[in-house]
Amino acid sequence: MKDNTSYRYANENPCNMCMPMGGIISFKGVEKSMVIIHGSQGCSTYMRRHIAEHFNEPVDVASSSLNEKGTIYGGENNLRKGLDNLIKLYNPGLIGVLTTCLAETIGEDIERITSDYLKDRGLTDLPVVAVSTPGYGGTHTEGYFLALKKIIYRLAGKAGKNSRINIIVPSLSPADIREIKRILHVMDVDCILFPDYSDTLDRPFERPYKKVPDGGTRLADIAMMPGAAATIQMGVTAGDNISPGGYLESHFGVPLYNLPIPMGIENTDLFVETLKNLTGNDVPENLRQERGRLLDCMVDSHKYNFEGRSVVFGEPENVYAIVKTCLENGIEPVVVATGGKSNKLTELLKSCLNGCRGNVHFLDETDFSEIREKSKESAANIAIGHSDGRYLTEREGIPLVRHGFPIHDRVGGQRLLSVGYLGTTMFLDRITNTLLENKYGSYRSNMYQKFYQNTGDNPLQTMR
Amino acid sequence: MEEMEVVLLTGLPIEERRDFILTKGKQKRQLKCDADSVAGSVSQRACVYCGARVVLNPVTDAVHLVHGPIGCASYTWDIRGSLSSGADLYRNSFSTDLKEHDIIFGGEKKLARAIDELVRKYRPKLVFVYSTCIVGVIGDDLEAVCKAASGKHGIEVIPVQSSGFIGNKSAGYRAACDALMRLIEPGEKKYVIKSKNINYLGDFNLAGEAWIIKRYLSRMGVDINVVFTGDSSYAALKKAAGASLNIIQCAGSMIYLASRMEENYGIPYMNVSFVGIEDTSNSLRNIAKAFNDPEMAYKAEQLIEHETALVKPAIQRYREKLEGKKAAVYVGGGFKAVSLIKQFKEIGIDVVMIGTQTGRPEDYRRIGDLVDDGTVILDDANPAELEKFMLEKGADLLVGGVKERPLAYKLGIAFIDHNHNRKHPLSGFIGAVNFAEEVYATVCSPVWNYI
Repeated sequence: MKDNTSYRYANENPCNMCMPMGGIISFKGVEKSMVIIHGSQGCSTYMRRHIAEHFNEPVDVASSSLNEKGTIYGGENNLRKGLDNLIKLYNPGLIGVLTTCLAETIGEDIERITSDYLKDRGLTDLPVVAVSTPGYGGTHTEGYFLALKKIIYRLAGKAGKNSRINIIVPSLSPADIREIKRILHVMDVDCILFPDYSDTLDRPFERPYKKVPDGGTRLADIAMMPGAAATIQMGVTAGDNISPGGYLESHFGVPLYNLPIPMGIENTDLFVETLKNLTGNDVPENLRQERGRLLDCMVDSHKYNFEGRSVVFGEPENVYAIVKTCLENGIEPVVVATGGKSNKLTELLKSCLNGCRGNVHFLDETDFSEIREKSKESAANIAIGHSDGRYLTEREGIPLVRHGFPIHDRVGGQRLLSVGYLGTTMFLDRITNTLLENKYGSYRSNMYQKFYQNTGDNPLQTMR
Repeated sequence: MEEMEVVLLTGLPIEERRDFILTKGKQKRQLKCDADSVAGSVSQRACVYCGARVVLNPVTDAVHLVHGPIGCASYTWDIRGSLSSGADLYRNSFSTDLKEHDIIFGGEKKLARAIDELVRKYRPKLVFVYSTCIVGVIGDDLEAVCKAASGKHGIEVIPVQSSGFIGNKSAGYRAACDALMRLIEPGEKKYVIKSKNINYLGDFNLAGEAWIIKRYLSRMGVDINVVFTGDSSYAALKKAAGASLNIIQCAGSMIYLASRMEENYGIPYMNVSFVGIEDTSNSLRNIAKAFNDPEMAYKAEQLIEHETALVKPAIQRYREKLEGKKAAVYVGGGFKAVSLIKQFKEIGIDVVMIGTQTGRPEDYRRIGDLVDDGTVILDDANPAELEKFMLEKGADLLVGGVKERPLAYKLGIAFIDHNHNRKHPLSGFIGAVNFAEEVYATVCSPVWNYI
């Protein structure tokens, strides 16, 4: 299955971003938090731009604005001044300090700098979470999970056991997080959902404008996570060293249910079943009906979907969920790709792609040049992933169903709903309709060429 | 006026930022600019690499290879709307994708191999290799690797010294200009200098803007030798020394190149701006004047008259709807800010707040001359300041880039995208109509009635 061919030295059109990017998103899911990036000014600005264009929200992230002097003599003064100013401007309830390539390479000890700073300023009550996120150290996905783990580590309280359930979510749309919260609500689950950027990165229009948006997981709730009855983490592809749920299990004995994103019938069932088992609550009628409607949708669309040959790319957790959903619906994944290295994803795909009709190209540590090449080779007819996949549309005419982060060339990335029975139904409709649009757009001329002009194609060759 | 300043600036939490902000009035304090950003202030600026990439990226047939970790290439892949009439290699983002191992052992070998790989695959005549923060720190010898690769492949491989921490975005412009200077061949003897052949500096052909200007000039009998760098190519840039005049639009990024070309090749330069009817008209007139050619001047007048007549009625209609509105401006460079003040006047709008990321002292002097008393002028602003001054000055709209847009919208303020990823031209006469139309579309939208 895996066919990363020869080693390449140049990445041609990246399929991933860098660690601090993911870290910012994690912190956006914490109540009243602000982030400062320890590095040169550009890192913070580029990431802000990237996030702001996807979510259409103001994204204020500070920078320690390291200059030449700071690079040579150490950036401690810059970081301290940055923290001073950030606190003055935003009065945050928690500060995330993320490093960059530059800070790591010059050997900045941010744990020490920040703890000294807080002592000197008499701010020992202000939680500051320092996370080492060099851009060369991993992808944005890894930065995301690592930041979550560090936030829990820093805030873990001494409070005893409680009966709540931790729900740890990967990078999803705010609409998806809201849908998961709704499912938890209708299942009557007392939970701590973390991180929750469903409001902070998708806020309603209201006056007056607040520099630090409302919403986010409450600090007091995060502090309770080590005492929870169980953790459900949607992070089957997260490495053990960065898994927040794994950390809660190994250090605090919180049983971990590591599940895929609830997309598709099987994975949503798994989520709902787990909730049912953990709480003893029944699945309510409205959720059952949603499940029934999803089945109805799957049946209605199955023949259209059978024509789909998909190229799926993006963050490992999303890729796995989409591949599973494709497989349930007879859409054949022909190229499955992620920009980083993910051993867990490789393992998971091995077991689920075995039954595929043809050869599946699995590409990790890949780029869009390679994804394009393999997509063309395997006659993919639908791409599913973030908006950088527009390159596949432009160059190879493969239509793109936008999913994940970032989406820069369309509006509403924050409002895309794809999880749960309801979200999966909507996701599937987007896929099916894209296949149909393509078919309706081309079948007349295709048939004309094939049968009227008789270009000599053997009709049997088109069978799969 | 003194009082007004006190009132406005008291609400600024960061003391150090005060020197970068002033209210136009009686006092003649010089605005501080072109300095490092204040740590923690949430500056809207990017880095040296960004400045270099912005300027060089429109070179259409070059390989743009970022020597560094993946992020720098990822965040800059095809994000700008420079158009090409030929090659499209520039729309790719290549990276050496440095990993931990490379940081420890050095990235030179990987860079050399990456160049080999890309040259073999794309057969370019020109490769730009951008340095990023860590390259500056781990001490890879970019010059040596590029020189060796150049010799090996018989093409030009030019290092761009754009490590992020060595300054601000302006330092990146300089790095880009240095790279361009290395490309230009000393021309006088090699190329026949045509008397009416000019270089056009500081237009990146966003939505075809350089093409619009090229057509205007051609109607006046002036040929464009090469545009820096919108829709430019290796071959065209090589011949840059064969021009008799350099006209510069985006002075912030290109004045350095222009002065070096004057020094090395004796090509005089003049500033122009094709933003707004007034500036466009004056620039065309000034070009004709520079050639001291009455026939050209006549053609320029004809063109101005003809084009103005075409757009004036539409602009007048918009003006009637927009008269009396107040604008805030926060853009990258000085030339755009200066021209926007005049362009807003053309549609009856006053600028009440104006700032730039990388304006130079002379830009701020011009701005100060053009705006009314009470206008807030600020350098290297942040969201808190933009919010404060837009609200205090009662701005109806903001002109800015991607990061500023959601802030304006959240404040219930209209917004004009004056950035590098826009999809319609804002240059020349046609651009003036587009601008007025965009202002109208956003300021007079019915959505504001509901918030």
